[in-house]
Amino acid sequence: MAKYLVLIYGDAKEWDAMTPEQWEAHSAAHQAFSLAAGPRILGGEELASAAVAATTVRRTADSDRVTTTDGTFLETKEALGGFYMLEASDLDEVLDLTRLLPEVHASHSAVEIRPVADHG
Amino acid sequence: MSDEVAAAVAEAHRSEWARVLATTAQLIRDLDLAEECTQDAFVQALQTWPKVGIPDRPGAWLTTTARNRARDLLRRETVMRRALPMLVPREPMPGPEDGLIDDDRLRLIFTCCHPALSADARVALTLRLVCGLSTAEVARAFLVPEPTMAARITRAKKKISLAGIPYRVPAPEHLTERVRAVLDVVHLIFTTGHTAPIGADLMRQDLVDSAMDLARLLHVLMPREPEISALLGLFLLVDARRASRVSADGQLVLLAEQDRSLWDGQQISEGVALLTEALRGRPPTRYAIEAALAAVHAEAPSWQDTDWPEIVGLYDVLVQLWPNPVVALNRAVAIGMRDGPRAGLLELEPLLSEPALATYRYLSAARADFLRQLQRWQQAAEAYREALALTDNEVERAFLSGRLNEVIGSSLG
Repeated sequence: MAKYLVLIYGDAKEWDAMTPEQWEAHSAAHQAFSLAAGPRILGGEELASAAVAATTVRRTADSDRVTTTDGTFLETKEALGGFYMLEASDLDEVLDLTRLLPEVHASHSAVEIRPVADHG
Repeated sequence: MSDEVAAAVAEAHRSEWARVLATTAQLIRDLDLAEECTQDAFVQALQTWPKVGIPDRPGAWLTTTARNRARDLLRRETVMRRALPMLVPREPMPGPEDGLIDDDRLRLIFTCCHPALSADARVALTLRLVCGLSTAEVARAFLVPEPTMAARITRAKKKISLAGIPYRVPAPEHLTERVRAVLDVVHLIFTTGHTAPIGADLMRQDLVDSAMDLARLLHVLMPREPEISALLGLFLLVDARRASRVSADGQLVLLAEQDRSLWDGQQISEGVALLTEALRGRPPTRYAIEAALAAVHAEAPSWQDTDWPEIVGLYDVLVQLWPNPVVALNRAVAIGMRDGPRAGLLELEPLLSEPALATYRYLSAARADFLRQLQRWQQAAEAYREALALTDNEVERAFLSGRLNEVIGSSLG
């Protein structure tokens, strides 16, 4: 078995503009995903707004000082909106499950699958 | 070493490479090591067979040798440490009742053509691991330096093990989609070989042969997949014209001027039979329509007597199934044949502003040919010069230069 981090990216403006009915369908799809994945889900959360709530901590380019700045590390239109940590036997199993996620089917969003490094 | 042994090793390389590598990979669950051991087994065959004779079953000899070599290497700790995470283990395979054959070579092909790999990587891996071409040969086919190709293949193998791409034939519900991904790789290998993009030869027959072998293997292993029958049929019908495409002095011969008596009748009938099988009771697919186009040409007594309305009709369907500027270009050329060069030129008009065709040599060449037929010499000369500027294949360049001189001569006379 291997662990996979499923990162959900999308345009936050599109998510913000969703109607209550759309949210309901969206949540139902996540529930269907959770049901199908069952114990293979090790964890997962929806993240608070990247535009509003993200904070980046890094060393500044010209000094040794560590600074804290408002905003995300990567300045892209698409934000990380949430994630799942899955355990699966191979990539195909993860691909099958992620097709159930509503973000895969919307035009502004997608999921990225990242295997967790295994040094064992 | 006798010629007989050399020939036997070459034959085994062509027919057994994929099986030896695939079986070894299945046993040791490490694609990289399986490749190395397969290579070693063929080297050993070259050294051993002259002394002990050619084995009755070369494939079995090579598999055993590769497997023993892998076990030797695995016993050494260094290799154990070096080994990448292992290929994802085998799972129970669907039985023959699902229309699938449990075959290690199929596992290898589907792994090499997995959609999580880049298109470039799929082609490179398939040629290296399934067809057994050397990294240098693969690099040469795709016009990249050998170290670049070596890096591409290494990265792809790492992705397979790190991302956990399974060494497995996909589940029945994904099979159609995954077969299509495999066929696109095989088709690209064929077309690259059929008109080599650069260099002295019009064709790279080794690539054409690799693609045909792959299509045959897929057809044997999945006889009920209509798209595979269609693709193999297409290859056979197109390749049947091989002997007539280049003249004795290395000049390109257009389909219109080819000596049809040189066409391989046996390959044509086999291709037509496969096409018929692919179309039986099913809506046509992209490769089936392409094969049907090749079949209409193959069965026409001459270029003039080709069933052009039928060709145009097939292109009309193909444009729907596979909207693509190159298909639109071929359709325009066929309309020119059906209705005359003026109609053809008119059909080409909207394609001139198509960005995907901006540097496409066959668009300039097609336009040049219609203009030549209309005796608009200066415009034809201009279009031939444009086509020449876009063509690197020397055989095609010689043909275009010949036509250019012809129209310059006519414009002066």
